[in-house]
Amino acid sequence: MSLFVIGYYTLILAASCLAAYFNKRSAFLLLFSLTLVSFVLGIIGGVGALKFVVVVAGLIALSAMVSYAFREFLITLSPTGVAKELRTAPLTAAFGMFVIFTYAIAGIFAPLIAPHGEAAVISGAFAPADENMLLGADQLGRDMFSRLVFGARNSVGLALTATLMAFFLGATAGLLAAVKGGWFDQAMGRFADVIMSIPSLIFALLMLSIFGPTIPVIIVAVAIIYAPRVFRLTRAVAGNVVVMDYIEAAKLRGEGTGYLIRREVLPNSMAPLIAEFGLEFCFVFLLVAGLSFLGLGIQPPTADWGSMVRENATLISFGDITPLIPAAAIALLTVGVNFVVDWMLHRSSGLKE
Amino acid sequence: MGDIAKLIGKRLGLGLVILLIISIIIFFMVELLPGDVAQAVLGQGATPENLAAMRKQMGLDQPAVVRYFGWLAGALTLDFGNSIVTGKAVMSIIGERFMNTLFLASYAAVIAVPISIILGVIVALLRNSIFDRVANVVTLTSISSPEFFLAYILILYFSIKWGMFPSNAKISDGMSFADLLWRTFLPALTLVLVVVAHMMRMTRASIIALLASPYIEMARLKGTPPWKVIVKHALPNAWAPIINVVALNLAYLITGVVLVEVVFVYPGIGQALVDAVSKRDFPVVQASCLIFAATYILLNLAADVGAILTNPRLRHPK
Amino acid sequence: MTKKKDVLLKIRNLRIEGYSNEHWVDIIKGVDLTLHRGEVMGLIGESGAGKSTIGAGAMGYARDGTRISEGSSVEFDGMELTTATESERRALRGNRIAYVAQSAAASFNPAHKIIDQHTEAPLHYRLQKRMEAQEDAMQLYEKLRLPHPHEIGFRYPHQVSGGQLQRAMTAMAMSCRPDLIIFDEPTTALDVTTQIEVLAAIRDIVDEYNTAAIYITHDLAVVAQMADTIKVLLKGEEVEEAPTEEMLDNPKEDYTKSLWAVRSFESPQRQRPKGEVPLISLQHIDAAYTAGPKILDDVSFDIYAGMTVAVVGESGSGKSTAARVITGLLPPQKGEVLFKGEPFTPDYRNRTKDELRQCQMIYQSADTSLNPKVRISEIIGRPAQFYSGLKGAALKNRVDELLDLIELEPALYYNRYPPELSGGQKQRIGIARALAAEPTFIICDEVTSALDQLVAEGILRLLDRLQNELNLAYMFITHDLATVRSIADEVVVMQQGKVVEQGPKDEMFQPPHHPYTDLLLSSVPEMDPNWLTTLLEERGVDNVGDAAAAKIAT
Repeated sequence: MSLFVIGYYTLILAASCLAAYFNKRSAFLLLFSLTLVSFVLGIIGGVGALKFVVVVAGLIALSAMVSYAFREFLITLSPTGVAKELRTAPLTAAFGMFVIFTYAIAGIFAPLIAPHGEAAVISGAFAPADENMLLGADQLGRDMFSRLVFGARNSVGLALTATLMAFFLGATAGLLAAVKGGWFDQAMGRFADVIMSIPSLIFALLMLSIFGPTIPVIIVAVAIIYAPRVFRLTRAVAGNVVVMDYIEAAKLRGEGTGYLIRREVLPNSMAPLIAEFGLEFCFVFLLVAGLSFLGLGIQPPTADWGSMVRENATLISFGDITPLIPAAAIALLTVGVNFVVDWMLHRSSGLKE
Repeated sequence: MGDIAKLIGKRLGLGLVILLIISIIIFFMVELLPGDVAQAVLGQGATPENLAAMRKQMGLDQPAVVRYFGWLAGALTLDFGNSIVTGKAVMSIIGERFMNTLFLASYAAVIAVPISIILGVIVALLRNSIFDRVANVVTLTSISSPEFFLAYILILYFSIKWGMFPSNAKISDGMSFADLLWRTFLPALTLVLVVVAHMMRMTRASIIALLASPYIEMARLKGTPPWKVIVKHALPNAWAPIINVVALNLAYLITGVVLVEVVFVYPGIGQALVDAVSKRDFPVVQASCLIFAATYILLNLAADVGAILTNPRLRHPK
Repeated sequence: MTKKKDVLLKIRNLRIEGYSNEHWVDIIKGVDLTLHRGEVMGLIGESGAGKSTIGAGAMGYARDGTRISEGSSVEFDGMELTTATESERRALRGNRIAYVAQSAAASFNPAHKIIDQHTEAPLHYRLQKRMEAQEDAMQLYEKLRLPHPHEIGFRYPHQVSGGQLQRAMTAMAMSCRPDLIIFDEPTTALDVTTQIEVLAAIRDIVDEYNTAAIYITHDLAVVAQMADTIKVLLKGEEVEEAPTEEMLDNPKEDYTKSLWAVRSFESPQRQRPKGEVPLISLQHIDAAYTAGPKILDDVSFDIYAGMTVAVVGESGSGKSTAARVITGLLPPQKGEVLFKGEPFTPDYRNRTKDELRQCQMIYQSADTSLNPKVRISEIIGRPAQFYSGLKGAALKNRVDELLDLIELEPALYYNRYPPELSGGQKQRIGIARALAAEPTFIICDEVTSALDQLVAEGILRLLDRLQNELNLAYMFITHDLATVRSIADEVVVMQQGKVVEQGPKDEMFQPPHHPYTDLLLSSVPEMDPNWLTTLLEERGVDNVGDAAAAKIAT
């Protein structure tokens, strides 16, 4: 038995016992379950599996530290009101904020960060990584890393624009429907029902097949698909506000629809709407990535994560993980946004109780 | 019982109307093409003679409304016309593929539904414990990953590194059932991973909402043992939310299958659809979209009918 | 009577914590309680006082998100519940300690028949066979005066009315003949006339089986009828405890005195001015919500300038709908509203600014009537700006003036948000918002019913003062007769969308009445502990509540 295995079990058992001794119930449960799982893993997968566990644990610890530091950083920088809110953020949410922050930087300063041009062919196809190319070259000999950085701008930018548009349409219609009620509310509701009964990916494919896969078409298609979902939620959230007596008081005062929405309804539905924006962004981002992966998204030579996966997919069969990196980039951002949204939803539901 | 029949009838009628509207959308969206279908298919360089011949062949000389009803009548008998790329009947292209897709989706569903409901209930009962939190993070990560990411990771490990399952899910008629299951295991597993995460979260949420109801507290305060609270008091009321969760996720499976089919080169309707989209083979696109939408609506309909049938307030009217 | 001296439940230093915002906070801060066999104790206090949490704690039960702190002691018949195992505690519940919840409709499982839920505990504890248990249930239903006692149990909960369901739940609590029943606000959700039946039923059955009970309520008059001793709670702590009579006659603590304070305020009754047209006049109004049944049926009454008309009735009587017709939220199907003798535009959307200004509203719940995200200055300032076009310094002066008028210090409240204020202050802001429009007529919808007695009286005094200063007319929607006595000039009684009786206040409080007015007046609980007994003797047990209301309606 190698020293590593002995050390591994000693450490994890010691940690479990310490947790138990100091009455940290949940830490103990977690550590001890890990111990039990490790026994099984060790038998089935051997040392390799245990090393994998260690690497994963190390990664989690590292991201926890980064998240903790980033949260403290944000707390120090923000005004007291915001800082108080931030203090309630769990580490997962801080991690999410850190990811969003990193992606934003990468996207905004892409030309400065990327060592090579977006479409510059600098070496042979699938050239391995060297000191010039951090992640090697893609199927045409372009620098993977640079394309990844530009991808942050293109893929995220497209998803963000589409989400903003869907949100603008959906939220406006939702607020109007809630405040106005009557036939407008009914008609919009029915319309949303119909659009929502077509699966989103299928609807997108239908529209792209007809109008061709160009960026404006993708944005409009996504906006049409997701606006009804935003409408539903906004209508529900605003519906809870509209029944309040202060809305009746404002209506009886003779206030116009604009004032009602702006001053009375919107300030009271902001929190769930922001959370919903994050959620919708995730859906849109995954849909757009799926379309690109199918070759129906942003067209080459523009760098885009979904199409990068597809273009380099053949490498997988040689056991090379390079094509997984853009896919992981997509997953990471979605996870990050979801973590932040999860915290926000938890907060807004907690306030209701 | 009359009320229930009326409600279900109403719901079925609504489903039918929505399906009809969707068929209209699918059909007339093609009409929005700049130029017309023939132009779009043949491209800018087409000669006027070719265009005219194409239009004639596709019946474009008739008004759109007439063609719509012709198309709809055909669709009712599963005749969607001919492909404009290969000239073969649309049904011959997608008919068998649709069965394959159904097979893959059911394969995934059979594994995913029991696992996720059981896990969802367990996590709901252990809510706010460390396991609940870990499950939350894991499921969030899983639903945040694109299907193709999960699919390639599975291929990398199960197929290339460990050689346990094939990465190419080619199937043919003569295969034994076991062989079929083995060949399609990785695509099914990909779908399972995504759907389980979704379904677990939804099950957890609906069970927690249920356990917060006053009648559950009342049952506890009557001294009813915990297992009986779950079985006798929670379960009879949990059917509606659970049916809903299952139907929603089956519907999700139906679309998730498109990407997975492409990754694993599985001969399903999703792959045919993607193919037709890039070749602008409109009859195939329209037919596949209608089939997908119909399946989706049918599942939602089934969920609503299930919810109505298991609602005690409706089952025993005043 | 020696049995009565046995201690059944002894709670010492009960502390219960609740989890909120990632912290455990004390909800109950060390309460003691001693209950003897057959004794009924009333727990009384405002919402948030922790009454209900103590009730659950008495069963050794902590709701989700709460826990009983260490060092607390709950001793039931010699058995310490806080240290007992879960299964030991569970063996008491339903068997020796039973619970009656506030909302019977939500607390019965919709999936099972009432009688099956009733017999669950006796069958579980093997006290009775199924048939015996059902037989016993029917007897209990009969004792609790439920209609059709032999078949009502075989219905599902949603097939039975609220008042009946509440009695069925009391019967269910009785199924194992427990030593102690916890009643958690059992009549709060019910109308006054229905409440009486339930109160009478609960009292009889508790008496008959000599069951001890903890009766939790916020209604003093109710607790006076039910309890032998009363314990007053405030924010998780005990204020005082005494036998009912003593507590009513001679409360010691200031807080208790403020609860008990009888409305001393009574505005002198005004008379209709002769020869003047009424400010608001409802003329044969019929109204209904879209495609629904008629909510108002030929309703007519007048309100004169500077006078207060109280509209009383139970839920569903149409009193709030009448207000909606006047404000224009619900245009009538037939008839019309006259303002100073001229037709008042039926739909508020078509009214001119001046018409809208004339008629303002003050709502029951200050929490839902003030936008929590808007500053006080804007809440009050907006109508002044909107109707009178005031801006800048003039607007600020007007807001200050209004804050002065409602007796709040302008500098302190100008920039605050509603959630930072107390219930009474919020209600005052609501009044100021109505006044800012410079109306002639204000609809007050249950404005005092969510407030403590003392605060409520302050609001009534304020409203009366404003009425005299500004010559306002009020329409007071209320179910509280004490409020009617103190502020009304005229009274309108409504039942099922019809005006049953109307006239000056002094006449309304003198017989003879319309039978419904009589039923309504007599059903409102009074502080006198013998009120229920006397009433039941006078009217007879079968002539109260739904039964009596049904007789009148036909």
